[in-house]
Amino acid sequence: MKSLAELQAIRDKARTQLNIRNENENNIRVLVGMATCGIAAGARPVLNAFVEECAKRGLENVTVTQTGCIGICQYEPVVEVVVPGEEKVTYVKMDAEKALKVVNDHLVNRNVVTEYTIGKYSE
Amino acid sequence: MYRSTVLVCGGTGCTSSHSDKIIDKLNEELKAKGLDQEVNVIRTGCFGLCALGPIMVVYPEGSFYSMVKVEDIPEIVEEHLLKGRIVTRLLYQETVEEDTVKSLKNTQFYAKQKRVALRNCGVINPEVIDEYIAMDGYAALGKVLTEMTPQEVIDTILASGLRGRGGGGFPTGRKWMFAAANQADQKYVCCNADEGDPGAFMDRSVLEGDPHALIEAMAIAGYAIGASQGYIYVRAEYPIAVERLNIAMKQAREYGLLGDNIFGTDFCFDLHIRLGAGAFVCGEETALLTSIEGNRGEPRPRPPFPAVKGLYGKPSIINNVETYANIPQIILNGAEWFASMGTEKSKGTKVFALGGKINNTGLVEIPMGTTLREIVYEIGGGIPNGRKFKAAQTGGPSGGCITEKNLDVPIDYDNLIAIGSMMGSGGLIVMDDTSCMVDIAKFFLEFTVDESCGKCTPCRVGTRRLLEILEKITEGKGTLEDLDKLEALCYYIKENSLCGLGQTAPNPVLSTLKNFREEYEAHVVEKRCPAGVCKNLVQIKIVPDKCKGCTLCARNCPVNAISGKVKEVHEIDQDKCIKCGVCLDNCKFGAIIKE
Ligand SMILES: Cc1cc2nc3c(=O)[nH]c(=O)nc-3n(C[C@H](O)[C@H](O)[C@H](O)COP(=O)(O)O)c2cc1C
Ligand code: SF4
Ligand code: SF4
Ligand code: SF4
Ligand code: FES
Repeated sequence: MKSLAELQAIRDKARTQLNIRNENENNIRVLVGMATCGIAAGARPVLNAFVEECAKRGLENVTVTQTGCIGICQYEPVVEVVVPGEEKVTYVKMDAEKALKVVNDHLVNRNVVTEYTIGKYSE
Repeated sequence: MYRSTVLVCGGTGCTSSHSDKIIDKLNEELKAKGLDQEVNVIRTGCFGLCALGPIMVVYPEGSFYSMVKVEDIPEIVEEHLLKGRIVTRLLYQETVEEDTVKSLKNTQFYAKQKRVALRNCGVINPEVIDEYIAMDGYAALGKVLTEMTPQEVIDTILASGLRGRGGGGFPTGRKWMFAAANQADQKYVCCNADEGDPGAFMDRSVLEGDPHALIEAMAIAGYAIGASQGYIYVRAEYPIAVERLNIAMKQAREYGLLGDNIFGTDFCFDLHIRLGAGAFVCGEETALLTSIEGNRGEPRPRPPFPAVKGLYGKPSIINNVETYANIPQIILNGAEWFASMGTEKSKGTKVFALGGKINNTGLVEIPMGTTLREIVYEIGGGIPNGRKFKAAQTGGPSGGCITEKNLDVPIDYDNLIAIGSMMGSGGLIVMDDTSCMVDIAKFFLEFTVDESCGKCTPCRVGTRRLLEILEKITEGKGTLEDLDKLEALCYYIKENSLCGLGQTAPNPVLSTLKNFREEYEAHVVEKRCPAGVCKNLVQIKIVPDKCKGCTLCARNCPVNAISGKVKEVHEIDQDKCIKCGVCLDNCKFGAIIKE
């Protein structure tokens, strides 16, 4: 170890993996429906896309979790985004590509991606 | 990138209930389901709730599974890790609420705790240095070496008010200051990880759960006092701790955090491990130093103190594991932060190993100034079977008991001494109304008699005499005069012993005698053991009015001490009865009593 900068670099790299163990109630929560129907519809690539992308961007204020069946199986894969103090947003018929856009627009820039939401879809 | 992390406790408690098999099974199941690239399994140190082991926590949900069995793993993997459905049935029930799951930190056991020394235990993988670094590990060492002078480090520790956690409570900054002031070509930093108090395992948990914290702290101490070498003295009975320490030291060397020119400065520091054979007296600092040097671990008189003439005759400091575990946090967060916790003269937190008659046995870290009532009834979850609190022993074989009237005294170094006990290293044994205080005193004396090194007579012979008198009392052969003799002998041993072992060995006797004299008197005057523990003093009797003559007791008595005809009142032959209690449990009519 030659310098503080070197230590800092190791720290930052290791931190993304440890962030998951930090239970913070103020975090934005991304819930991916992973019951049998969700998995069959392709929820796992969606879940992993969220995890990878949030880690890549170093989003320490986001917790990505899986959850059981959300109850609207025909719309799977379903993803719910809960920003503390705001209305929950439900995205439907998700895929990995769409997940990246949700991360960028909603999680980072705080703009709901209306075209993927359940409201838009059922219109 | 893993989407989920499963922490499995690899502390000594959970390892003995086979947490390693759980890890194997988890890895196997995850692989079979193709989840091994998505879910990360990590073996941590102790979570503190050892009685509920094996412990397993799944993140990001923070689901706390307790008493996990290998057979439960397929279900947890399939339901929780694959399908996202937490297996509520297998959770630590206190975290289960109506339709949500409560975070661990809000449970009764953790809510009042404050984790400083134990902050990484049960959080990181102790065998991966990067995880420690992710939790700001080695940042304190970096800060000290690049931004602070040794004097500033010592001033910070002084200002924090940190006192030794090994029992004595000596201000750590003062110790460092003395050693720094003595010039020498070589100085040493030593760590006391001997942990001899029976029932204590605070230090073991730090070593197992966060070994890098100790390494970092010892390097900081080395810089502060001007030492380039350090020794960790660990008991050989702690194999997991020793293994993790070795791994941690190797990784620290690879990263250049031990060795030459650390952080590109002139500072060089390295560590060595010495294994102790587990003699209690080797925890005494002068005996420990002698033992590191390769000689028989016997205490020597002080002065000279180790700060003047320590290891190999050089100025040395010696601190306890938990003391060191606080150091990096003090450097990073500042002396004021540390001093804001605790009481006027005892700052920070203290780790206790809760044991005895208490629901949540395990490891707890509380701010100084917490009351025994909070520890026993809130964190500890109270006394099992609805029994009544009688006393708590702190300080192990050197300490004393705290009685009910002192349940609300804020726990700190000075208050504990004022009420006739001591902080000790952190063993805390709770006793209820089925514990006999004479028997407790006898238990600790048996320990000290075994552990006395024999170098000086007051301790070697004196403690043996004490034990003999206690045995006499528990056998119902004691007299009131014995009680006076006992007390006088206690003071004699305290005043004339060479080292702390002998000087403190009589404490359990003095303290129980002071607080429970009537219990001693019951033994000698009435030949009665009020708690019903001392076998020679209890009688198992049949109440004639209640006995239905069912013969059940007689058929089950292992020594045929019970006689009587069918449908007639039975009787116990007191000469034959060995007080095993079998008949007591057997009689369906409550006709058998113990007095
Ligand atoms: C008989 C005896 C046993 C001791 N055992 C231990 C022990 O196991 N661990 C420990 O840290 N200190 C033990 N001590 C206290 C040490 O002598 C010493 O005070 C302590 O390690 C200093 O570290 P600290 O200032 O950080 O507490 C013992 C003392 C005596 C008299
Ligand atoms: S007091 Fe006991 S343990 Fe200490 S030196 Fe004397 S005999 Fe040995
Ligand atoms: S078991 Fe109870 S009731 Fe039956 S003979 Fe023994 S004392 Fe009497
Ligand atoms: S206590 Fe044991 S030995 Fe004594 S009478 Fe009952 S069963 Fe027999
Ligand atoms: S050893 Fe697992 S909780 Fe203490």
